[in-house]
Amino acid sequence: MRFTAPLADPRAPLGRRNPVAKVAAALVLTIALLWTLDPITPALALAVELACVPLFGLRYGVLLRRSWPLLVAALGVTLSLVLFAADRTGATVLALGPVTVTTGVLRSALALSLRLVAVALPGVLVFATTDPTDLADALVQNLKAPPRFAIGALAAFRLLPLLGDEWETLTLARRARGVDAGRNPVAHLRLFASTGFALLVSAIRRGTRLATAMDARGFDSGVPRTVARPQPFRTPDAVLVLSAGALAAALLALAVGFGYVRTLL
Amino acid sequence: MPHVELRGFGWRHAGRKAWAVRGVDLSIEHGERVLLLGPSGAGKSTLLAALAGLLAEDSGEQAGSATVDGRDPRTARDRTGIVFQDPQSQLVLARAGDDVAFGLENRGVPAAEIWPRVDEALHRVGFPYPRDRRTDALSGGEQQRLALAGALASRPTLLLLDEPTANLDPAGAALVRQALSGVRRETTVLVEHRVAEALPLVDRVVVLEAGGGVVADGPPADVFARHGDALAAQGVWVPGHPIAPVGRGTPGPELLCAEGLGYRHPGAERPALSGVDLAVRAGEATAVLGPNGTGKSTLALLLGGLLKPGTGTVRATRALAGTGTATQPPYRWRAAELTRHIGSVFQNPEHQFVTSRVADELALGQRRLGLPSTVDELLVRLRLDRLAGANPYTLSGGEQRRLSVATALATAPRLLVLDEPTFGQDRRTWIELIDLLAGLRREGAAIVTVTHDEDVVRVLADRTVRLS
Repeated sequence: MRFTAPLADPRAPLGRRNPVAKVAAALVLTIALLWTLDPITPALALAVELACVPLFGLRYGVLLRRSWPLLVAALGVTLSLVLFAADRTGATVLALGPVTVTTGVLRSALALSLRLVAVALPGVLVFATTDPTDLADALVQNLKAPPRFAIGALAAFRLLPLLGDEWETLTLARRARGVDAGRNPVAHLRLFASTGFALLVSAIRRGTRLATAMDARGFDSGVPRTVARPQPFRTPDAVLVLSAGALAAALLALAVGFGYVRTLL
Repeated sequence: MPHVELRGFGWRHAGRKAWAVRGVDLSIEHGERVLLLGPSGAGKSTLLAALAGLLAEDSGEQAGSATVDGRDPRTARDRTGIVFQDPQSQLVLARAGDDVAFGLENRGVPAAEIWPRVDEALHRVGFPYPRDRRTDALSGGEQQRLALAGALASRPTLLLLDEPTANLDPAGAALVRQALSGVRRETTVLVEHRVAEALPLVDRVVVLEAGGGVVADGPPADVFARHGDALAAQGVWVPGHPIAPVGRGTPGPELLCAEGLGYRHPGAERPALSGVDLAVRAGEATAVLGPNGTGKSTLALLLGGLLKPGTGTVRATRALAGTGTATQPPYRWRAAELTRHIGSVFQNPEHQFVTSRVADELALGQRRLGLPSTVDELLVRLRLDRLAGANPYTLSGGEQRRLSVATALATAPRLLVLDEPTFGQDRRTWIELIDLLAGLRREGAAIVTVTHDEDVVRVLADRTVRLS
C-alpha cells in the first residue's frame, strides 16, 4: 500500500472531522448492519452512506475507482448464491436447465450483497479521507493510545513500500548468483523461503536503524510529548458519532419491525 | 570546559571480542568543526554514537570516559543532534514539516513554538518546498537536508554527522554539503569518506587508528602534510594523492549486443530506460554514467540477463555463449548457465548473499555448474582467506564488496556487469577492485560498470555511455 495523500477534499464537512470520530461512526454503523438479515435495512443504510459521499469531499467516480474490488466481491456473492443457494423457496422467476431462480434466492442474494457493500463502504470512506498521520495523532490525543505504539507503527508503515522493491532486487540477485527453481515446485518453495528470510533480515536492519534515528531525536525518552498537530474532538465530531448511532438504532428498529434481526449473535 | 571531552575512551559491543574503538583522548571546544578520519574499522561511527548518547550502558563495555558539556552523553541528548547515512531509515513521518516537528514534540517543546522552529530549521538547510511536501517524493539529497533540519530544530549545541552524503549521488551530496556550509553555529563532528569535498566544511582534522586512538590531530593542511602518505596507504581518501590510470584494454570480439533497449517498471508512468544501443566487446571496460533516475541500474539488470527487456533486444554472441544457448536471449537462460557467461555484481553486496559462510558463497556457483573448485585460490586473491568461515553479513563494507565480486568471478564469466562497485569504498579497497577489474580485462573479459565515480572513468574506462 502506498502512503499517498488522501484522495478527497480535506475541507469537506465530514471529511475533515476528527479521525477517531470518523472511525467510531463507521464502526457503530457497521456493527449494527452485521445484525440484520433483510435486504431493506442495508439498502437504506447504503442510500444514506451514498448520500454522505459528497460530504466527505469525495467524488463518486473516485469512490468507484477505489472500491471496485468491493463491487466485484458483491457481484460474486450474488452470482454464487443464485447458482448454489440451498433455500429455493418462493415463486420461480427463471428456470435455466438445472438452475431454478426463485424469489427467495433473489432476496437472500440481494440482501447479502447489499449488506457486504453497506458494511464495507463506511470503512472505505473513512480511510480514503483520513491521513494515516492524523489518525495516529488522534489515537494518541483522543484515545490516549501510547505514542510508542501509535507513532512507532506509523513510522514502520512508511517503510512498507520499500519492501516490495527489496523483494524484487533480492529475487534478481538470486538469479544472478545462479540460484533458480526452474520447474521444480519444491525448489520454488525453498527459494521463496530463502528470499523471504533475506527480506526479513534486511527489514529488521532497516527497522533497527529507524529506531536508532527516532531514539536520537528523543522519541520515548520519558519527557511528556507535546503536540504539533492538535486533533480536537469538537461538537461536530460528537454529532457525527451520535448521528451514526441514531442511524444504526433506526435501522435496527426497522429490521426488528420486519422481523429480520439475527437472534443467534 | 571543553564541549566534548574523551579520556581513554573505548567501547566494545556486547558479544564482540575486539574493541570497536579504544584509547581515544580528544577535546573539542565550542564552535569547532572537526573532520574525523580513519580507515574503515577504526570506530568512527561508534564514537559518534557514543557522543550522541546512543550506546546504551547494557549494550557493551565502556573504557575511560566521554562527556558532552561535562555530562554523560546519555543524559545530554538534548544538546546533540545526529544525521546518519541512510535517508530512508531516518525520516519518520510522511510530511516534511511533521518530520522536523517530530523531535520537538518528543522533547516537549511548547506547541506554540513548534511550527516557527520547524520553519526556521527548514530555512537554515535551504529546504525548497512547503511543509506538507511528501517525504517519499524527495530526492536523496533533499531527504538528507530534511534530516539535517530535523536535527537542527531541537537547537543542539553539538551536531554529529555520520557520513551524511555516503548514500547519495554527486548532485545529492553537493546539496547536502551546501546546506552544511550554512550551518556555522553548532560545534560539528563530521565523519566523511571523500575528504577533498569535506575540507571546506571543517577547520580541524582528527585521525583515528583501529585500536590505536588518535594518531593525528590539527589543521587539515598540517595533518595531510605530515601524515598524508600513511593515511592514503591505510585507505583514507587524502586530497592530492591521485590514482594513476591502469592502462587501456584491447577490444576483442563482440560479446553482447543491445538494440533499441527499453524497460518500464510495472505500474510506472514513464519507461525507466528507452532506445539504448550498445555493443559490449571482450577486453574492454565500459562505464555507464548519468544522473539518478536515468535507468543505469535497469540497464545493468537488462545486460546481465536478469530482466526481460520491455522493448528491443539483448543478444549474446557465440563468442560469449558458444553455440548452445546463444540462440536464446540471456534473460531466458537458466540461472546456473547465466553465471557461467555473465556475472552481475549488485550495488548492495548483502542482496547477493545466499549462504552463511564466505567459503560456501564462493563454492555455490561452481558446485551448481559442476566446475572444479577454485575457492582457496579466490580467497587468497581477494584477501578473504582469513574470513573463510565467517558469516558474510558480519563482514565490513570493503570485505563484503570484495566477496560479492569474488562470487561473480568464481564461475569465470566472460562478461562482468557491476552496479556502483566502488560506492562508499575506502581508497585501499577501491584500488584493489580496479586492479582486479583491469586484470580481468587483460585476460579478455568485458567489464560494464554503472558508476557515479569520475575516478573510475578516468582510471579504468575504455569508453563511456552517458544516459540522460
